[in-house]
Amino acid sequence: MSPTTSTTTADALEQVRTDPGSIDRHFAAAARTAAREGLDGDATREALLLAVPGDTAYVIGVVRRLYDHGDAAERRAVLLALPALDALDRPAAIGDGALPIVRDALRTNDTRLVAAAVGPYAATHLDDDTWRQAVLKVLFTGVPVEQVAGLADRADDELARMVRDYAAEREAAGRVVPPDARTVLAVTEGRDPHTRPHRAH
Amino acid sequence: MRIFDPHIHMTSRTTDDYRRMHAAGVRAVVEPSFWLGQPRTSVGSFTDYFDALLGWEPFRASQYGIAHHATIGLNPKEANDARCREVLDVLPRYLAKDRVVAVGELGYDSMTPEEDDVFAAQLALAAEHELPALVHTPHRDKLAGTRRTLDVVRESALEPSAVLVDHLNEVTVGVVAESGCWMGFSVYPDTKMDEGRMVEILRRYGLDRMIVNSAADWGNSDPLKTRRVAETMLAAGYTADDVDRVLWRNPVEFYGRSGRLELPDTEAPEGAQDHELVGAGATFMGNSVLRGARE
Repeated sequence: MSPTTSTTTADALEQVRTDPGSIDRHFAAAARTAAREGLDGDATREALLLAVPGDTAYVIGVVRRLYDHGDAAERRAVLLALPALDALDRPAAIGDGALPIVRDALRTNDTRLVAAAVGPYAATHLDDDTWRQAVLKVLFTGVPVEQVAGLADRADDELARMVRDYAAEREAAGRVVPPDARTVLAVTEGRDPHTRPHRAH
Repeated sequence: MRIFDPHIHMTSRTTDDYRRMHAAGVRAVVEPSFWLGQPRTSVGSFTDYFDALLGWEPFRASQYGIAHHATIGLNPKEANDARCREVLDVLPRYLAKDRVVAVGELGYDSMTPEEDDVFAAQLALAAEHELPALVHTPHRDKLAGTRRTLDVVRESALEPSAVLVDHLNEVTVGVVAESGCWMGFSVYPDTKMDEGRMVEILRRYGLDRMIVNSAADWGNSDPLKTRRVAETMLAAGYTADDVDRVLWRNPVEFYGRSGRLELPDTEAPEGAQDHELVGAGATFMGNSVLRGARE
């Protein structure tokens, strides 16, 4: 049975707290329900995810299932909720368990998903090679580089080399080098690549 | 001129089509799930397809200033393959999604017992999910198939005004007009219906419950046929408001029953009637009007 137009956000949150399996149907309808109540759809979806009881493995399972079964807006909402789900003060913090969906989003050509995938969760957990490719993809697809969380902390000499090569390729073709490419190069200047902070788990 | 194409298979079209459609006035589309030419053999092929209709395709459409919606269902051709029957089990998940504005395309292909079962089961799902239904009529034995379609609709929990019966012609329009269902016409270069015949049908049956689409797909079809019908209507003496009614307000009213349309903020033509459905408010009938949508 799907939630009908009479289900409220408060009802949905309460049901998810007591019956976490109900989140699938509430998550799909959450943006419509929120809009009727003047609430934000992404924030409502994050609240639903944070309301899921259970241990880390269970919460990770829910996160990955909702992403896999979601439309583009649901997938984006799951990605945006990852930092909150990984907050250190949460007993069931997800750690790096949601990386497969971040990698999936980075393989898409949907810039809304790419932008949502390069947030603080990726900055904390994504390996160097994948993270550098993600930044390069941001430049290629025109996602504003401000969307990349932790750019100043994680940018390294290898990223600078990749971006310089990208700029050279554009120049050789007589094409404009996006200003965001210069921004990435600027933040890597004068930095020691060995002082990059990583969060311990 | 603003155009809503209520039945077009954009998955089979190029980005050039999106550009030309936008230039012709198309601002919103509904893409019904259907078969893809090559028969599918597992539920996974369907879920990847449904996911594309709710993910990549709306994103692609948005790049060209067109709002994309979908109808989801198990089509009658593949309803006959037992390997595809599991699709019915995953439909509830999809029918809960934003931008899914109907169950469809349903109906008959060869009028088999399997098609009977799958059609009736999906009309029940539509009622349960508070969605209207888009029903395809068969290419072969069309009048008998249309009558049988209307019988199944009458036995379902859906009211006739929640059902759009598509691909009609001069022979099948009469029984659907009497049924109270919406009447859909697919205007094609060679088959089904053309713009001149379409205007004759409008003259004979009026503009109430009339829906015109291009049904463009991977066959010989033309995504600008909606625009051609609009021009043919104007040349035949219909007003800009009449055109707006058939090519915008009627499909908005039908699919708006879902409460899940997300429409760009469009301009109604001079002298348009029925402001309730002109799209003036931020929401109407629970649907969204997106202010400042990309043009």
